[in-house]
Amino acid sequence: MEQALLEEAQAARHEMPHRDDEVRQVVDLIIDNVNQLRDTQGLKAPARLDSATALFGGEGFLDSMALVTLVVAVEQAIEEKFGTNVSLADPGAMSQEHSPYRTIGALADYALRRLRAA
Amino acid sequence: MDAPVTLITGTRIGIGRHLAEHYLRLGHRVVGCSRAPVEWTREGYKHYGADVADEKGVKAMFSEIRKSYGRLDHLINNAGIASMNHSLLTPTSTVSAILATNAVGTFLLSREAAKLMKRKGYGRIVNFSSVAVPLKLAGEAAYVASKSAVVALTHVLAREFAEFGITVNCVGPGPLATNLIRSVPKQTIDRLLAQQAIPRMGTLEDVANTVDFFLKPESGFVTGQTIYLGGV
Repeated sequence: MEQALLEEAQAARHEMPHRDDEVRQVVDLIIDNVNQLRDTQGLKAPARLDSATALFGGEGFLDSMALVTLVVAVEQAIEEKFGTNVSLADPGAMSQEHSPYRTIGALADYALRRLRAA
Repeated sequence: MDAPVTLITGTRIGIGRHLAEHYLRLGHRVVGCSRAPVEWTREGYKHYGADVADEKGVKAMFSEIRKSYGRLDHLINNAGIASMNHSLLTPTSTVSAILATNAVGTFLLSREAAKLMKRKGYGRIVNFSSVAVPLKLAGEAAYVASKSAVVALTHVLAREFAEFGITVNCVGPGPLATNLIRSVPKQTIDRLLAQQAIPRMGTLEDVANTVDFFLKPESGFVTGQTIYLGGV
């Protein structure tokens, strides 16, 4: 039963893909915040950043404290930009496969889903 | 304006109200919250109707603090509830409510406060436990479990927040003349007091004095500590 509900919810999500401009806005917002952290806190980030850039785990450039700092900064930037308070905390953070923090694109997708759910 | 911003939970009555008035007198900008409306007001005091266990309400309150003040210097996690009952007579709904307010509330407020404090690289968080924890008070299983959780949170959050310049400490008062213990029988209170090195009821000033110490800028090397009052 629970599995059926989960699949139904996933199917519903697939029916409502994020609009490209929304995704781009959030990806840009995350990149801006990475750049700010590079400038203000000496974060060692790749010179070129895009939605495929790995953030955390595997090839990611963030350690756990830098991840905390980035996620908090992105939460605040989203509230400033969209006027909605979302929490980007996630229990699957440490999962290589499902972590919403694995790439900039995954984090943007997760943030948009949280924005829609708010 | 350089006056520190101090958020105190549970300011409607008792310790919370006393601390709010105390820090207003010391020139802080004080923000308070409680589930029920407050029947008092002071210049420099801003109140929010918020349940500390309600994530949505708490996050909304922090958004307002961020917009209004742009900073938070101190958080005093005072809000708490208790229920005196033998564990065999305690419904799980009571246990859940106590854990939600005392433990989850402390976690939630600390998490949101740290997000705001880390911007400045400075913050002081003071949690509230109780002498009921070291005294292993029979008849207060859920309350003691929740206040033990607060001590454990204090230890771990102190380590997690240290690199943001935030200290996390805890005060554990003994019996005080507040509403929280109004239904506790006198002989129970007397038994409790007899286990203290200084066998008297605590005062609101005793609590404020301990919180003052933890909030001082000079206390930046003091973190992860719990002070039990009365010598327990």
